[in-house]
Amino acid sequence: MVRALNAGLKKAMADDPKVLLMGEDVGTLGGVFRVTEGLKTEFGPKRVLDTPLAESGIVGTAIGLAMRGYRPICEIQFDGFIYPGFDQITSQLAKITNRHRGAQAMPVVIRVPYGGHIGAVEHHQESPETLFAHTAGLRVVSPSTPNDAYWMIQQAVASNDPVMFFEPKGRYWPKGEVDLDAPAVGLHDSRVVRAGTDATLIGYGPMVSVLLAAAGVAAEEGRSLEVVDVRSLSPVDWDPIVASVEKTGRAIVAHEASGFLGMGAEIAAQLTERAFYSLEAPVLRVTGFDIPFPAARLEKLHLPDADRVLEAVDRAFAY
Amino acid sequence: MAEASETVSVLDEHGAFRPSPAAEQYADRALALTLDERVGFLRDMVRTRAFDVGAANLQRQGHLALWVPSYGQEAAQVGSARATRPQDSVFPAYREHAVGMIRGLDPIEIIRMYRGTVHGAWDPAANGNFHQYCLVIGSQTLHATGYAMGVQFDGTTATGDPERDEAVIVYFGDGATSQGDSNEALVFAASYQTPQVFFIQNNHWAISVPVERQSRVPLAQRATGFGLPGVRLDGNDVLASYAVTAALLDDARAGRGPALIEALTYRIGGHSSSDDPTKYRTQEELEWWSGRDPLLRLRRHLEGEGVGAEVFESIDAEGADLAADVRRRTIEMPDPPMSEMFEFVYTDPHPVTEAQHAWLRDYEASYGSEQ
Repeated sequence: MVRALNAGLKKAMADDPKVLLMGEDVGTLGGVFRVTEGLKTEFGPKRVLDTPLAESGIVGTAIGLAMRGYRPICEIQFDGFIYPGFDQITSQLAKITNRHRGAQAMPVVIRVPYGGHIGAVEHHQESPETLFAHTAGLRVVSPSTPNDAYWMIQQAVASNDPVMFFEPKGRYWPKGEVDLDAPAVGLHDSRVVRAGTDATLIGYGPMVSVLLAAAGVAAEEGRSLEVVDVRSLSPVDWDPIVASVEKTGRAIVAHEASGFLGMGAEIAAQLTERAFYSLEAPVLRVTGFDIPFPAARLEKLHLPDADRVLEAVDRAFAY
Repeated sequence: MAEASETVSVLDEHGAFRPSPAAEQYADRALALTLDERVGFLRDMVRTRAFDVGAANLQRQGHLALWVPSYGQEAAQVGSARATRPQDSVFPAYREHAVGMIRGLDPIEIIRMYRGTVHGAWDPAANGNFHQYCLVIGSQTLHATGYAMGVQFDGTTATGDPERDEAVIVYFGDGATSQGDSNEALVFAASYQTPQVFFIQNNHWAISVPVERQSRVPLAQRATGFGLPGVRLDGNDVLASYAVTAALLDDARAGRGPALIEALTYRIGGHSSSDDPTKYRTQEELEWWSGRDPLLRLRRHLEGEGVGAEVFESIDAEGADLAADVRRRTIEMPDPPMSEMFEFVYTDPHPVTEAQHAWLRDYEASYGSEQ
């Protein structure tokens, strides 16, 4: 996925000279995950900015650059380092278009490597997506495959609204095919990624591969599970999700973020409202616990895996 | 550069032209102002005060949700604003009413915001590049710096033509200097050498907290640590504010980098219409500063230059007319339609705001109200 993102960023920058890349270590080093490797050499230091070490400064100056007509892409080095920039994102970036009664678009992308699975220290494995999905004025997306990463980053850059772009850093290294000709779907489309008939597994970003693995195991046990990749956390494309649950009658939502008031809570509520008469069981959630992300040697116990997903599937069938 | 602890002033308290030692390199710019220009400064200040007092009254009478007075800070604002050039961009905090008017903003737009009709109405591009008020303290300093970086990337500054080269000025207060954003903005500005002036109006009070709580050193002195020149000026002296700001903006547009100004002034009114300054500051302090009213000082100066009473009467009448006009338009101002809530949240189409707007429209219509 790292190479797909790199190629997508390169394409977006080549297509529009107003697109800038800015953040900590994104230039000469190419980012701590090497997502931006080679781009400073390609586009120069006025297009790829190694900024001072200040997240609020990065987002705040990106807002000013957008006011000037640029389309900045900011990299927040790690999920847990986004909070110094939280005020500029939620109080300014998200609200400026509204405050200007539409006269000022805010085409800013905030890239955030997020989630666990890399065995890192505190503040390096968090899943803060709900905070931003809860904030009106932002769009929030998360790719799960290299192909989606390649296309969604370009679609995010093309958006005239701010986009929070959550990159599942645990999926940075697995490879996948990229179709260079055309995107399969739009930035805000959800998508069935495995067809099934008995229950629907719903997730996004780092969880999609876990759900697919769970569905694979279930198939061997004779249970046909459908998997939906939500892809866009704000706005959510409900129709494919609702259609799937209307078909299967059971839904399990999974994410790494804590369950309380998480995306799973919203999806469960929406499915209750939109597909009540199709449901054979309550919508169940499989999530990280409501604790700070644990130390690396405990993370396997915290992060939902295929077994925990299948345990929830069993519970759904017990109703 | 002058020592930050020295204060630049051009007019003494009685309005006589008597530059302070620190004013040496700036006084020429004040001297070059024609009498008409100086009369124009008074007109700006009188209009601003009339508008401000009128707006405070409107708030007291229930027509505004809140008012944030500029009373006492007119010289700092007018002098610096008159030092900008048309191509410059201005990022205010939230009480720079004089600056907005000088940049061509109809003050009713400010009223619309404080009435609670909109969160901020005007398009900066159509109003002298006067950006919107920013209520989170210090946030705008970063927007200004990013914008100035963009100016630099565009190559529309430091070409050697001061009539076209762009610069940026950002206003903030003594309280805002404690915010992380203001400090980050100074770091970024110094790092990228942006064409930018940071203009602090040190009005001595951040609501109820005195400036001594924000800083143990003169605020202008802080600039040195960031690698910027810092100049402290008498913010109740409109000519000092003009001269220093003009010089530093021209330095910025010539590619000599950013600078910081601390204008010493005083907020005669409350922080806002919800404030009660009698709870935290003394009558003696208020009287001392009231005796240093910036409007009086400029008026005395102009009287000394032979400007006749009829000119002052005419300016006062202009201020009264403006206040009356704003008052009439405020009272006539209709509430916004419900579409205002939903229409501008996103630039591109968005299913949620569209659906919720449609729902509320139908819901209201079911009770017979039309929007």
